[in-house]
Amino acid sequence: MTFMNGSMIAGVCLIALVAFAPAALADSPEMAAEEDSRLYTFLEIEQFEYRIGSEDTLSWEAQGWIGGDYNKVWLKTQGDHTIDKETKNAEVQLLYSRAIAALWDLQIGGRYDVKPDPSRGYAIFGIEGLAPYFFEIDAAVFVSNKGDASARIEAEYELLLTQRLIVRPSVELNFAAQEVKELDIGSGLSEVELGLRVRYEIVREAAPYIGVSWERKAGRTADFARRKGEDVGDLTFVTGVRFWF
Amino acid sequence: MRKKKGAPIKRGLLAFIALLFASATALAGEYRLVIDETPVNITGRERTAMTINGAVPGPALRWREGEEVTLQVTNRLREPTSIHWHGVIVPNTMDGVPGISFENIAPGETFTYRFTVKQSGTYWYHSHSGLQEQSGIYSPLIIDPAKPEPFQYDREYVVMLSDWTDENPEWVLAKLKKQSGYYNFHKRTFFDFFRDARRNGWGATLSDRLAWGRMRMDPTDIADVTGYTYTFLINGQPSKANWTALFKPGERVRLRFINAASMTYFDLRIPGLKMEVVQADGQNIQPVTVDEFRIAVSETYDVIVTPQEDRAYTLFAEAMDRSGYARGTLAPRPGMSAPLPETRPRPIRTMADMGMSEGAHEMKPGGKAPAAEDPMPGMEHDAMGHGDSISDGLENGAATRMSSEEPPVMHGPDTHGRGNSMVAMAPRSRLREPGAGLENTGTRALTYADLRALEPGYDRRPPEREIELHLTGNMDRYIWGFNGKKHSEADPIRLRHGERLRVIFVNDTMMEHPIHLHGMWMELDNGNGEYNPRKFTINVKPGERLSFIMTADAPGAWPFHCHLAYHMASGMMLDVMVSDDGEKAHP
Ligand SMILES: [Cu+2]
Repeated sequence: MTFMNGSMIAGVCLIALVAFAPAALADSPEMAAEEDSRLYTFLEIEQFEYRIGSEDTLSWEAQGWIGGDYNKVWLKTQGDHTIDKETKNAEVQLLYSRAIAALWDLQIGGRYDVKPDPSRGYAIFGIEGLAPYFFEIDAAVFVSNKGDASARIEAEYELLLTQRLIVRPSVELNFAAQEVKELDIGSGLSEVELGLRVRYEIVREAAPYIGVSWERKAGRTADFARRKGEDVGDLTFVTGVRFWF
Repeated sequence: MRKKKGAPIKRGLLAFIALLFASATALAGEYRLVIDETPVNITGRERTAMTINGAVPGPALRWREGEEVTLQVTNRLREPTSIHWHGVIVPNTMDGVPGISFENIAPGETFTYRFTVKQSGTYWYHSHSGLQEQSGIYSPLIIDPAKPEPFQYDREYVVMLSDWTDENPEWVLAKLKKQSGYYNFHKRTFFDFFRDARRNGWGATLSDRLAWGRMRMDPTDIADVTGYTYTFLINGQPSKANWTALFKPGERVRLRFINAASMTYFDLRIPGLKMEVVQADGQNIQPVTVDEFRIAVSETYDVIVTPQEDRAYTLFAEAMDRSGYARGTLAPRPGMSAPLPETRPRPIRTMADMGMSEGAHEMKPGGKAPAAEDPMPGMEHDAMGHGDSISDGLENGAATRMSSEEPPVMHGPDTHGRGNSMVAMAPRSRLREPGAGLENTGTRALTYADLRALEPGYDRRPPEREIELHLTGNMDRYIWGFNGKKHSEADPIRLRHGERLRVIFVNDTMMEHPIHLHGMWMELDNGNGEYNPRKFTINVKPGERLSFIMTADAPGAWPFHCHLAYHMASGMMLDVMVSDDGEKAHP
C-alpha cells in the first residue's frame, strides 16, 4: 500500500462523515430545528509536515467532526509516509463523541490501521478534553480484533510568544498490555514521541510551522527493533502547515 | 426653551430619509417598513446588509405617548424576519418574537402591528430572527411624552451605537463554536509573564497564572467578538466619517444614546463636558452628573450636555475591551473635529469577576471597604500601573473592587452540568462598581447604584416569592444559558398573572450579560426602595448577585434573554409564561 491509499481511505471516511449528518446529532431529535442547537462541521489538519531525519518522512495528523454542542461524530487520522519507501503507519478512527462534563468528551468507536502490515481493526474507548492548566488531553484504550489491548495518551500545550507566534509542545505515550509479535511491540511503554512546534498564525485558520520531533521506542519494543537492526530513536526537524475551517 | 417636537435629526453620508408620517398632533400614526437586502460599503469593501427602508440603521420612528400606531412591515428578504419593539410595553401578539409570540414574517409577506403607545422615552427596534440584527436590522424609536418632561433642552440628537462586521454573522458564530478565543488578540503571552513578574514579583505572578490555569479561564476574555472583525458605528457611520452634531455655545443638548450593538459594550465620554444623565432605558431618573458611563448592549441613556465654548468636542465611545471605538463630534459648525482621547488600557478579569472571595482576604487589616461615593478608591492603585497588570486582580484591585456593602452569598452545590464551566463561589452585589476598566480612571463614571427613579413605582406590594436564576456558560464549547440549560432544554418560567415577585440573578460566568425581559418592566433593586429604577435591560457583571422585582401584569409568553446576539443564539434565553394559573406549574 502507498501513502495515497491511506489518505484515500481517510478521504472516503470524511465524505461519509459529512454525508452522515443525521438529526440525531443535534442535541435531541425534536430540538433539531432549535436556534441554539445547530450542527457545525470542523476539519483540522493539525499537522501536515515534512520530517528531515535519518529518513525523510511526510507525516500527517488530522481530525474533523460534525455535530452539535454535546454530540458529535469525529474522524481522526494520522500516519507517516517515508518518502523513498512506503507508508509506515496510517490509521483512521471514527468516533461518537459525547460531552460528559463541562470540558470533557467521552469518545467511543473504531480504528482501522491500514499500515503497518498486517492491517487490523480496534475498538476505541477514549476521553478528550481540557485538563487544569490548559493541557489538551486525548487518551484512548484500543482493543484489537485479535484481542490485544493498547493505550495512547497525548498531551499538548500552547504558549503564546506573541498573539500569532505560538509554541506548541506535545507528548505522546503508547502502551501495550501484552506483546504483539507480528507488530514488533513489546508489553509496557512501547513508544514515546516528543514534539515542539512553533507556528505563526497568518490568520487563526492557517499557520505554517517549524519544529522538532523526537521519537523513541521503549522497553521490549526497542529490543525488537534493535534485533532487526532498526533505529530505536529518531530526532527529526519538521516543517509544515496547520489549518482548520 | 425646548425645540418643537420632531426636530430634524442630523444625519450624514450614510444617512437615509426618515419616514416620519406621524404629525405631532395626530394620535394615530401609520408607518410602513420594508425589510430588504441592500449593498453597503462600511469598511471599504462592498457588502450586503439587511436593511429597514434601505438603510442601516433604519428610519428613526417617532411616536407620541397615547398614539395608536399601525405599522406595516413587509419582508423582501429570502428568509423569514421579524421586528421587535425593544423596551416598549405591547400586547404579546405585537411583540414580534418568532416562535414565542407570533409566527414570523415570511418572505414577501406584510405583517401589520397595531397597538397603543403607553410610555415615552428612548427605545429602539430590531429584528428578533437569527442574527439579522447584526446584519443591520435595527433602528431608533423615540416616544414623546404626553406631559412635559421634567428637564429642559434646546436641541436633541439620537446617538445610536452599533458594531458592524464584514463577515457573515453565521460564520462568526461558527468560529466561536470551534474556537471561542478566535477574536481575542490580546491574550497574555510568555513575555507578559516576565513583565508582570518584574512589576509584581515572581511569586505573585506565578500564583496568578496558576490560579487562572487551574480554572482553565482566560483573564483577557473581555469580549467574545472584538475590533478584529468589528467596525464600531455611530448612527451607521464609521469613525472616519465623523458623524457631527451641531450646537450653539451655551445650548443644552440632549443626546439619546442607544446601544444597538450585537456584542459590544461602550464606555462613553465627551472630554471637556460633564454629562447629566436624565433617563435610563427610557425612564426618567433623578439627574446624575458624570464624566463617563458604560452602556450595556441594548440599553438606552439620555444625557444633557451644555457645551459653552465655541469649539469641537469629541464624542468618544470606546469598546469595553478597548479593541476599537466609535467617534463622533459635537461642534458649532460642520467639518470641525477635536483630538481623540488616548485609548486606555484594557481591563483584565480579576478574582472578583470569577466570583471568588479573595478580595475580602486581601484587604489589609484595619482597612475598610472604600465608601461607595468615592469614585476613586485606592489611590495607590494608579502607581501600580494599569488594568493590564495582575496587581488589579491580586492586590489593590481586589480591595478597590470590594465596594459593596452586601456580603457575598455562597454558591450552592449545583454546578449546573456540562453546559456550564464555572460557578461563582461567592457572588455579591456589584451595583456600586462602574465595571471592569472604569474603576480607577480618575473620572466619575455612572454606576447602577446611581439610578434613582424620578417617581415611585406603580406597584408597591412586596414580592410574594423569589426565583433565583443562574447565568451560566461554557466558554470552551461556546454554550450559554440559564441554570446550565440552553433555551431548547429549559422549561419556561411560569408566573401567575398579577403576581409580584423577585428575580435573583447570579452570574456564574466571567462575562457581563445584558438581560432583557420583554413585555414587562424590571425594577432593579439597587437599594432605593420605591425609587428603584425600572429597566428593560439589566446588565449583570461577572461574579455578581443582584435582583429585580417585577409585576407579572402581561399575560402570554415572553422571551427573557441575554441581549448579546451570539449568547442568545447559543442558548441564553428563557420563555416566561404569564397566565392565570401560573403558580401551579412552578414552585
Ligand atoms: Cu450573555
